[in-house]
Amino acid sequence: MQRVVIIGASLGGLRSAESLRSSGFTGEIVVIGDEPHMPYNRPPLSKDALKGDLSHEAVAFRVRANASDVQWWLGHPAVSSDLGSRTVTLANGDVITFDGLIAATGLRPRRLDLPGPAADAVAGRHTLRTLEDAQRLRAQLEPGSRVVILGAGFIGCEVAATVSALGCYATCVAIDPLPMVAALGTELAAEVKRRHEAHGTRFRLSTGIESFLGTDRITGVRLGTGEELEADVVVEAIGSVCNTEWLEGNDLDLTNGVLTDNALRLLTTSGEAFERVYAVGDIARFPNPLFDEVPRRIEHWSIPTDTGRRAAPLMAAALGTDHDAFEAAASVPFTPMPAFWSDQYDLRLQAFGIPSIADTATLLEGSLDGELVMGYLRHDVLVGVTAIGMTKQVAAYRSTIGQPIASLEETTS
Amino acid sequence: MKVIVDLDKCQDHGQCVFAAPKVFSLNAEGHLEFVAEPGESEREAVEDAADVCPVQAISLEG
Repeated sequence: MQRVVIIGASLGGLRSAESLRSSGFTGEIVVIGDEPHMPYNRPPLSKDALKGDLSHEAVAFRVRANASDVQWWLGHPAVSSDLGSRTVTLANGDVITFDGLIAATGLRPRRLDLPGPAADAVAGRHTLRTLEDAQRLRAQLEPGSRVVILGAGFIGCEVAATVSALGCYATCVAIDPLPMVAALGTELAAEVKRRHEAHGTRFRLSTGIESFLGTDRITGVRLGTGEELEADVVVEAIGSVCNTEWLEGNDLDLTNGVLTDNALRLLTTSGEAFERVYAVGDIARFPNPLFDEVPRRIEHWSIPTDTGRRAAPLMAAALGTDHDAFEAAASVPFTPMPAFWSDQYDLRLQAFGIPSIADTATLLEGSLDGELVMGYLRHDVLVGVTAIGMTKQVAAYRSTIGQPIASLEETTS
Repeated sequence: MKVIVDLDKCQDHGQCVFAAPKVFSLNAEGHLEFVAEPGESEREAVEDAADVCPVQAISLEG
């Protein structure tokens, strides 16, 4: 019997397994993950779940009935692989062979290597990626706790809003001049900062940190400006590292995730595709012709599902006897629409596309101090939209992404 | 087939509307409306909608 091994038991691994079955693959499917849990939804961990129910049950994904015979090997990190001889080695020494492989190992938080207490929740230094991370953080949050958040991206700002709602004092420290500025652009980022401040979040921007203060336990941070901030809890939300070490030694481009073609097949450094090895989710760096031919990783919630549903049918076809089936499926370009949302205080931010590749931003609807839809343009082509509120209106713009702004005006007038 | 939406969880993200436009819609106020017992032909679309709901508020019965 043929066997597909999926390394990574989160959303991308789950959707890949389900989609393999939907695509008619009848062989064995083994999903191997480093965490002890069945796949669960991570976005609530920085939002509502951090305020309420942090049980696995509350955030677990439903598994489609067609995937009930999938084997889940949980708590087993993969440490190495040999794609030529089709094996993956796990941390416990087990070697599993595969006919097809899907790499879905995702990200882990980047840590700061600076003087001070150890990078450990016990010392008050937290990250937020796993359910256990959220549980450990929650256990240290009390009304009146002084929480310093390093990083003012989406997760950093969500944490600031959530801990404020729990009665903590939140301060965001970031090297960027404005919160979420890469995604929102200067104008909207400045407005979102103003709204955060109105709710009590403080910002220390355009500065890094020099050291953590305290011995066994964190007592504060010293900024690059020399200022010292007292802290009971520090949350490091300064971006992520791709879990691709286990793919090293296979002549792949692992400079930023793993480089794939538009079919999501892993590419060698000379550009040859592995026929039965795919990447999905946060680590997949693939070209999206909806925008251009530049391969990009996209760390949005929608992408593990989209990429899983791209890779799995191609894998099923590649493992079948009809080679034309693969060619036919792969010749349809993969053009997923990145989508994300963020809830911060009473703000509902929703975005489609890739605003960060734009050269200009323009207000499409509403007003900066209220609800709005902002459009992001590159060479007069709409490459992204972001809304505060206006759920229905922003949805209407989704289908216009990738089109020149002129046709957009026709669509919406 | 019965569609169940946990309205305590639902936050009107509207992702389901793209996945299953014949079943889910947003009304003029931007709030979710849905067909509770759609035809069998909508099953795959509703499964998709349940998958893409950011707060995992949608389930199917039957």
